[in-house]
Amino acid sequence: AAALAPRLVMATEEMVAAELKKLYGDKSMADGKIKLDLPEIAENGLVVPLNIDVDSPMTEQDYVKAVHVFADGNPLPQVVTYKFTPQSGKAAASIRMRLAQTQNVIAVAEMSNGALYTTKAQVKVTIGGCGG
Amino acid sequence: MAIKSKPRVKVPSEAKAGEIIEIKTLISHEMESGQRKDSSGKTIPRAIINTFTASFNGKPFFEANWFTAVSANPYQAFFYKASESGEFTFTWKDDDGSEQSATAKLTVA
Repeated sequence: AAALAPRLVMATEEMVAAELKKLYGDKSMADGKIKLDLPEIAENGLVVPLNIDVDSPMTEQDYVKAVHVFADGNPLPQVVTYKFTPQSGKAAASIRMRLAQTQNVIAVAEMSNGALYTTKAQVKVTIGGCGG
Repeated sequence: MAIKSKPRVKVPSEAKAGEIIEIKTLISHEMESGQRKDSSGKTIPRAIINTFTASFNGKPFFEANWFTAVSANPYQAFFYKASESGEFTFTWKDDDGSEQSATAKLTVA
């Protein structure tokens, strides 16, 4: 990989971990609850569709408060942060994002009781979505 | 670049009480990432819409904080659990301090 020096400084797994530490300290995260719907291969990294759906009853007693999405191979690790309420009905959202290269998309969900869940998925990018 | 064109919102006009409806929004914006360089090699400064909020009858129920990885002409879809008739307000906040909003009415039978 050293021979293929990237044109831009890309975010790394460490940068994603640092962002998560800022948000939640060293709190442990469980796998599951989050469904990430992403293309396996993105032909255009400028517009990559992302659907996210977190399993929750979305009642006043038990709902998803926040969902954070990161990409570990972009210049900056953050993609989007969602804040949900019981009135959202469903902790689900769709957006289109830029991915500079093949990388992992990581989602973290914070439940109303403070529990954290995480999942990740790799997207292969054939044409990058950063730079000019 | 400031927000310059009218946002587009797709919301059902009617719903049953308790029904979960999908809301789709789209706004024209370059979402300049701050990562690109112009022809003279100078970095083009970041200029994005950083916050989108959705309220119903004045009560916020959904917020999205967008970062530079969000594509140009940002599309955002999300959900709302209908309970009473009223009006949605959607607001987009630009890095430059400007704001754009849209409204939509919902009738709950």
